[in-house]
Amino acid sequence: MTHDITLTVNGTEHELSVEPRTLLIHALRDEMGYTGPNVGCESSMCGACTVHLDGDAVKSCTLLAVQVDGAEVTTVEGLADDGEFHPIQQGFQEEHGLQCGYCTPGMMMTSLQLLEENPDPSEAEIREALEGNLCRCTGYQNIVRAVENAAETMRSQKQELAADGGGD
Amino acid sequence: MGVESKDAAEVDAADILGSAIERREDPALLTGDAEYTDDIQLPRMCHVAIKRSRHAHAAIEGIDTSAAEEMDGVVDVFTAEDLDVPGKLPVGWLLDTLKQVDHPILASERVRYQGDALAVVVAEERYLAHDAVGRIEVDYDILDAVTDPADALADDAPALHDDAAGNVAFDWEIGDREATDAAFEDADHVVGLDLENQLLIPNAMEPRAAVAEYNPSENELAVHMTTQNPHLHRLLMSGVIDHPEHKLRVRAPDVGGGFGSKIHHYADEALVAIAAKRVERPVKWQATRTETYLTDAQGRGHQTHAEIAVDDDGTIQGLRVDTKANLGAYLSTFAPSVPTYLYGTLLSGQYDIPTIHCAVEGAFTNVPPVDAYRGAGRPEASFVVERLVTLAARELGEDPAEFRRQNFVREFPHETPVAVVYDSGDYEKPLDRALEMLDYEEFRERQAEAREEGRYLGVGFSAYIEACGLAPSELAGQLGAQAGLWESSLVRFHPSGTVTAYVGTSGHGQGHQTTFAQIVANELGIDYDDVEVVEGDTDEIPQGMGTYGSRSAAVGGSALVKSSEKLVEKSREIAAHQLEVASEDVEFERGEFSVTGAPDRSIHIQAVAQQSYLAHDLPEGMEPGLEATSFYDPENFVFPFGVHAAVVEVDPASGEIDFERYVAVDDVGNQINPKIVEGQIHGGVAQGVGQALYEGAEYESNGQLLTGSMQDYTVPKAVQIPSMETDSTVTPSPVNPLGVKGVGEAGTIAAPQAVVNAVCDALEPFDVDHIDMPLKAETVWRATSETTVATDGGEE
Ligand code: FES
Ligand code: FES
Repeated sequence: MTHDITLTVNGTEHELSVEPRTLLIHALRDEMGYTGPNVGCESSMCGACTVHLDGDAVKSCTLLAVQVDGAEVTTVEGLADDGEFHPIQQGFQEEHGLQCGYCTPGMMMTSLQLLEENPDPSEAEIREALEGNLCRCTGYQNIVRAVENAAETMRSQKQELAADGGGD
Repeated sequence: MGVESKDAAEVDAADILGSAIERREDPALLTGDAEYTDDIQLPRMCHVAIKRSRHAHAAIEGIDTSAAEEMDGVVDVFTAEDLDVPGKLPVGWLLDTLKQVDHPILASERVRYQGDALAVVVAEERYLAHDAVGRIEVDYDILDAVTDPADALADDAPALHDDAAGNVAFDWEIGDREATDAAFEDADHVVGLDLENQLLIPNAMEPRAAVAEYNPSENELAVHMTTQNPHLHRLLMSGVIDHPEHKLRVRAPDVGGGFGSKIHHYADEALVAIAAKRVERPVKWQATRTETYLTDAQGRGHQTHAEIAVDDDGTIQGLRVDTKANLGAYLSTFAPSVPTYLYGTLLSGQYDIPTIHCAVEGAFTNVPPVDAYRGAGRPEASFVVERLVTLAARELGEDPAEFRRQNFVREFPHETPVAVVYDSGDYEKPLDRALEMLDYEEFRERQAEAREEGRYLGVGFSAYIEACGLAPSELAGQLGAQAGLWESSLVRFHPSGTVTAYVGTSGHGQGHQTTFAQIVANELGIDYDDVEVVEGDTDEIPQGMGTYGSRSAAVGGSALVKSSEKLVEKSREIAAHQLEVASEDVEFERGEFSVTGAPDRSIHIQAVAQQSYLAHDLPEGMEPGLEATSFYDPENFVFPFGVHAAVVEVDPASGEIDFERYVAVDDVGNQINPKIVEGQIHGGVAQGVGQALYEGAEYESNGQLLTGSMQDYTVPKAVQIPSMETDSTVTPSPVNPLGVKGVGEAGTIAAPQAVVNAVCDALEPFDVDHIDMPLKAETVWRATSETTVATDGGEE
């Protein structure tokens, strides 16, 4: 038995038929081809599968695709804008915040949520926020720097926007 | 103190080698464009799931696959009975006393660890394959299990293999027993210690996976898999599944970390290849995290009694080590080398020790095969030496840093009593720098004041040494290696002047695309952006040995230098011919060939490349084209070194450990890309701190894995890893053309004992000599409270 659901991923609407037990991560990866989010544990421990669901960072290995019928999902593929890196991607690149890159999509999605809630986090706050994302390669130090780097860029972008009279 | 990274475009060509440029592999990894094995989708692809033993030790009375076979969408199910290939995993390192035992890819009569493979299902869909595995019935006759090496070697232990009496896999020794015993008799002090280096589960974030595709009319088989060494997998797999090596392609797409766990040949990838041939459709197997806990080769697993002999004046006279090493249920690919040649040969550490003897007994147990995990043998050795020198210093009432300094090796090359020759070193420099960074004297004052207030601070040193770039092949052969340890490369100019460099290493997070392009651009004097690097595919690069043991820069990088040099030499001939001078009169600098004394008569190497393919005007008899291959066999190991120091505060009431600082000063020889070097140190330290404080595989007495998920096995989180302060000194290696040493394992080797030494230093008032890792709060609390009781009770 399958269910017909609709998901909007990175702005594109998808209609698909899934088994009731299909995990969101597998629907994204196997059914729709968004292979950016990765599977590291299938048990909500590692965070490699983190995506944004209606604006919140969630672990897509512990949600069923049918549960999120109608939702908007952003994956790492949706971060760059017309080939321009998002500040978080730029931060990771500049600070060498990744090695094998497997944890990286999830790391960036979680970090982004942090920066939306707290635009100027301390090192301790960043480490705390990354509690649900494991990295085996970097020792986290450069990930922390990457998030600080992105925070700074995002703050100055906001300021520029405000100076342009844009505001939020 | 962090290294600032740079955009390659802003780096002057002359400075490309040694610059901290941003990695070119990152954009794909940052946008989701990277291709890991599970990202591969092929038309008509099926999914494989593997039925595994639920018991650690059992006789198999029967396997019933009929219910699975009947399911809609199940394409194939097979067990050992259905195999018509050799189906046994070989061991790649032989020791004189080694008992080679059968290691079937599918067990049929007996299982020897929880997770041993029993049957394979091929199905149309991923979930369905797992469902079908659930319907396979296995009839077990459960046997007693043993998971601890000392227990396995005891008289009454359950026997694992008929042809390995007493569960002894090998008996091995190195050094001079008699001379060492004599040194111990004569010495003023002997300090001894029992220590355990616990079993670790590597936990690369990407679980192992393979996708195989088979073309029956050509008999061509391609396996895309999570590997650190595609060529070795090709060779071994070709024998296991009986497929001609030249018709087998092994390719590593992006690989999400390895740390040793993706070196070895496992049953699973061979089974996937067999499945593809059976069903004549592409098949994919993606291990679940649970499977990686059960089946990835684990690391370490040593129980050791070690002693150091020291004179009153602080001179070390000898070292005596007795180790029981856990090898798990079967011999994994390089398993016999890890607790022997990679361990015993490093026991001299940074010290000039006149006599050493080390005996190692390898034991079969009912845990997964144990093999190389980041550092492989060297962390175990360094742990033993650095714990002992710390204790010896305490026994003599000497400062641990100065005691180390006093015994450092000072002249190079230095031959140790355990059969290796250190290439180069300057051991005092990192120590001095670390002491300076720590503000050591001030720290000791602070420590004393804190103690007055009932707060326990401690500093722990680790003056580690590592052996990288295992070599030369002839020596490796004498020691039992069943493979050469050279590296191969091909550097090819295209007619337009860009270059593709192919190399037999296979990076999986180390940034080879970047560092290797830096090397080749520097050698050829062309733009970094004009160099592309290709590795990890046996169809593109005919030969190679792969990436492990921090060999990539020292051996692979040197192979690229050799090929580049050959290209420059051929180019020089062409340039001289076209400039109408003798080749001795042509100078080469930054890509330009010019006539000595007439610098405006010149031709650029990229123009030479074009000429070489035009072939209109080449020296007489010269072949057209411009490419060169080399097989580089290093003349010796390289020996990176450094000093790491941890500063902690321990709360004896709770046993909790707080990091105050972690300082790392490493000397890895010349650095090709300091940003990448720094990143490798960070990652290594995190794994070493993980071992010291959190990690460890634990088993029930029946061999069931207790730490079988990320809930139970602590892969450290960001909040659990200290901020690191890093710096480096540079002592080039004289044994390779780049002067590099190797960095991938340094942090993992250095960190555990830095942390344990720091905790023991903090707890000195409690007379705590040693605590076994991981230093969980409860363990630490017990150690402190027990000694308090003992002191109070006046028992000592
Ligand atoms: S795969 Fe979802 S948290 Fe690990
Ligand atoms: S970069 Fe490899 S796991 Fe984080």
